[in-house]
Amino acid sequence: MTAVLASSSIERGGLSPRAIRMIEAVIIPLGALVASAALFSVFLLFLGKSPVTFFNLIWTGGFGSAFSIQNTLQRAAPLILTGLAFAIPARIGLTLIGAEGALVLGGFSAAAIAIPLVRGGWTPWIGLPIMAIAAMLVGAFWIGLAGWLRHYRGVNETISSLLLSYIAIAIMNFFVEGALRDPASANKPSTMPIGDAYRIGPMPGTSVHWGLAAGVVLAVILWLLMSRTTFGFAARMTGGNVRAAQAQGLPVGFLVVACCAIAGACAGLAGFFEVAAIHGQANASLVAGYGFTGILVAFLARQNPLAVVPVAILFGALAAAGGLVQRRMAMPDATVLVLQGMIFVVLLVSETFYGRIPFLQPKRAGDRS
Amino acid sequence: MSQGDLFIVFIALIGGAIRVSTPFMFVALGECLTEKSGRINLGLEGNLVLGAMVAYAGSYTTGSPWLGVLMAGCSGLVLGAMHGYICKLPKVNDIAVGIAFMSFGIGLAFFFGKPYIQPTAPRLEAIPLGGWSSDPLVAQALQVNPLFFLGIALALFLRWAFANTRWGLILRMTGDSAASARAMGVSVDLVRLLATAAGGFLAGVGGAFLSLFYPGSWNEGLSSGQGLMAVALVIFARWDPIRCVLAALLFGAAGALGPSLQSIGVSQGYYFFNAAPYILTLFIMIASARSKSAAREAPGELSIVK
Amino acid sequence: MFTSSLTRRSLLKAGAAGAALAALPFGAARAANPIVIGAVYVGPRDDFGWNQAHATAMDILKQVPGVTVIEEEKVAETDAVTQSMESMINLDQANLILATSFGYYTPFVVEAAKKYPNVQFRHAAPLWKEGDPKNAGSYFGYLNQAHFVNGVAAGLSSKAGKIGFVAAKPIPSVLSNVNSVLLGARSVNPNATVQVIFTGEWSLPVREAEASNALIDAGCDVITCHVDGPKVVIETAEARGVKSCGHNASQAPLAPKGFITGAEYKWETIYKIYADALATGSELPNFIAGGYHNDMLRNTPYGAGATPEAIQAADAAIAGLKAKKPIYVGPLKDNTGKIVIEGTMDNYDPVLDGMGYLLEGVQGSTT
Repeated sequence: MTAVLASSSIERGGLSPRAIRMIEAVIIPLGALVASAALFSVFLLFLGKSPVTFFNLIWTGGFGSAFSIQNTLQRAAPLILTGLAFAIPARIGLTLIGAEGALVLGGFSAAAIAIPLVRGGWTPWIGLPIMAIAAMLVGAFWIGLAGWLRHYRGVNETISSLLLSYIAIAIMNFFVEGALRDPASANKPSTMPIGDAYRIGPMPGTSVHWGLAAGVVLAVILWLLMSRTTFGFAARMTGGNVRAAQAQGLPVGFLVVACCAIAGACAGLAGFFEVAAIHGQANASLVAGYGFTGILVAFLARQNPLAVVPVAILFGALAAAGGLVQRRMAMPDATVLVLQGMIFVVLLVSETFYGRIPFLQPKRAGDRS
Repeated sequence: MSQGDLFIVFIALIGGAIRVSTPFMFVALGECLTEKSGRINLGLEGNLVLGAMVAYAGSYTTGSPWLGVLMAGCSGLVLGAMHGYICKLPKVNDIAVGIAFMSFGIGLAFFFGKPYIQPTAPRLEAIPLGGWSSDPLVAQALQVNPLFFLGIALALFLRWAFANTRWGLILRMTGDSAASARAMGVSVDLVRLLATAAGGFLAGVGGAFLSLFYPGSWNEGLSSGQGLMAVALVIFARWDPIRCVLAALLFGAAGALGPSLQSIGVSQGYYFFNAAPYILTLFIMIASARSKSAAREAPGELSIVK
Repeated sequence: MFTSSLTRRSLLKAGAAGAALAALPFGAARAANPIVIGAVYVGPRDDFGWNQAHATAMDILKQVPGVTVIEEEKVAETDAVTQSMESMINLDQANLILATSFGYYTPFVVEAAKKYPNVQFRHAAPLWKEGDPKNAGSYFGYLNQAHFVNGVAAGLSSKAGKIGFVAAKPIPSVLSNVNSVLLGARSVNPNATVQVIFTGEWSLPVREAEASNALIDAGCDVITCHVDGPKVVIETAEARGVKSCGHNASQAPLAPKGFITGAEYKWETIYKIYADALATGSELPNFIAGGYHNDMLRNTPYGAGATPEAIQAADAAIAGLKAKKPIYVGPLKDNTGKIVIEGTMDNYDPVLDGMGYLLEGVQGSTT
């Protein structure tokens, strides 16, 4: 149907390659979303549930009211940052799946460094930036370590980042239940609360915390960095072909570690916001799986930092609507997992259509279409 | 720590290696098979969890745990075949599809697994190999499930078959250079589809072990990432089936370290003992990664090691 | 401390008489509106443990005319719970939120209660205190009393006198259960010991199975636990041919041969109080806590693993607890030899809420 509409309004072959790419970037994901919704409707009909009710609820829960939109955006905030944490190293050809650990350790570091700051009576205007920087540095170190091991020791970064993630969680638990445990946090071991003065409130006029703004700003900055600077060009070139990059005299080791460190800083910053805006302290609840969801966000955004934002919002909306589906349709929480899985698979399949939609291609002799 | 204590820990490590390793072993062998063909399926965690659910449900409805194992394998086969089919489309990234299938598989398992959390299904029986020993610890540690031996036999077979059979050669050639495989008239996509489907089958069987033998129960927290870790172990084991088994055994034994040390009274820093499998794996990787053989053994077409 | 203890006790009394408590007409403002109760669970509703115990009891509320119960499961102790609660309030007009997981309280329930002063929030842990929002509150059962009964039954059902305890984390509520099992067992067998292994997580089946095996290998012939879903622990014990005691919900069907008894909450008692209050339009109590004396606990009906003497002694122990017979009778030493309890402690003494030690006779360490 999309095809009919599109071909009637677009002159065949009369488009610049850039315009074609832009049209594709819109209609292919949209088509995929429609297709996965159709597939899921079949699944629902098979179970005797109404697809109309279901998608109505998804809309209501995700975008249907001011509250729903804020719910969606709030849930999207950490995913933008963890999505970036996967996307940036991916541009240099690395598959890092350890953002979870950097987030946890970053958040923990922020909470730990806050203890002397709060005790010392430092103003939050100084204290919070110190916490954020600590979180980003520790995150950068943790993922940077995986990059360093990869480049200088030849250790596969996918495994090492996963292992480092588990180790990071163990480190956090060790301190939270030991040396840095707030004695008052009896039944849920946590670090000392940072206190109301240090809590980051919502953005004015909303109930969404500042992590969303930070994520969007970082997405833009990193998009500029990766697509408009020499650093980004060199990184992408290294991602395309390491040997060629080395032959060109590019500082591959530096680029690898730098991209990983940027990724870790993003994840660490997500951890900072979890502590400063959500929990007010560090505890085992920091391990919430945002790091792993970020991987999917990044893939669906095709590693484009700007595209990470809408994809994270889509994820946020599904999570926000999931509760409503549980409540109103008496369906298990796994319903949204199945829908998510279908959307991912179909969106990834749709990648194959880039550059292959017949009516968008310049005419060639013997073209089958 | 007395000698008796050391013995307890030692036996616990052996018992742990045997009990815990099997799911890692099956997933790792499945992934090894897939990666040898030049494709990576990062989503075997999904196959594992779905396999665990299907096996439990199958055993419950049919009354035969082995039928459950078979059904688990088939569910993994279907997921694997879908992965294999989708990845043959141009421009589709196999790592991404793997992660998508991970969440899809887990979602299906949780969705359809709800009614099977409460009932008790018939489990797989163990073979009591420790009957010769009068020591109950040894006897217990050697309660071995047939799947464990099946996994080891499979590893030996795969190792032999990769080197000595025609299809082993085709598989490795496809993995090392798709172009030369095509030149030989091999259908690269078909080989990879079959390898991914077979790998998915094995991961499903690994899941069956979790729900039908150890810990032997179906619930949503069952896996805790074993499937993901097992995929990582394949790179650690450098694409050798025998080393996959050894890595799984090591990982299983290291996992038993925390609880067994606590049982003899060593509990300081138990978080780190519990993280021992990860720490140990990381150190071994750092120590061994620089060797030249590591680079040579990687299938040339594999996206993750390029 | 003394004042807070007084407050706590008066609150307890208020809780016990909760149904009769009718001060401000909660229902008056809402009489025109239907009553919608939103229940939030941290795990799946059918986990054979904590969440299942709540979900089963929630059915009591569903039967109250005019009350609708909406439920969400597997809601993490993060911002997700804030969003779920607010979504229930904004989209489903919930006017009572039951937040059933410990970590939901600070900061999430407290902040939501401030944000929505017209909605009532009740949280399942003894955390509400004077100064917290008036529309928030706590309800809790001191499960260690039922674990004491477990200990009595286990002490007489065990041949070796060694009880294994698979515990999630070394926190007061868990330690209190471990210590109560020991004291229960010692009350009938002075030589009984308890060995504890911490898994470090609330739900990690493979490690729970490993821990159960390690305890059985170490000679324990009764296994009990405090983890979110005890299914794996009980099944492992049954498969190894040792006896077991349950936790949170009934695991009796999982161990037809070796099950002794289990420590269970009777959340329906509290939920009935809420349901009555909602139905009559009276105010919900801010703090309900209790144990055997006010019908908030039960022990699972005895299984095949319980010996006749064990059943007799356990029944006697229950009768004692109903009469508020104290569990912690000093002087008691911890397992490093330090005296931690001097005199006799009331079963609801708030000092016990901060328990950070394992008693002498427990093998294991809290660090």
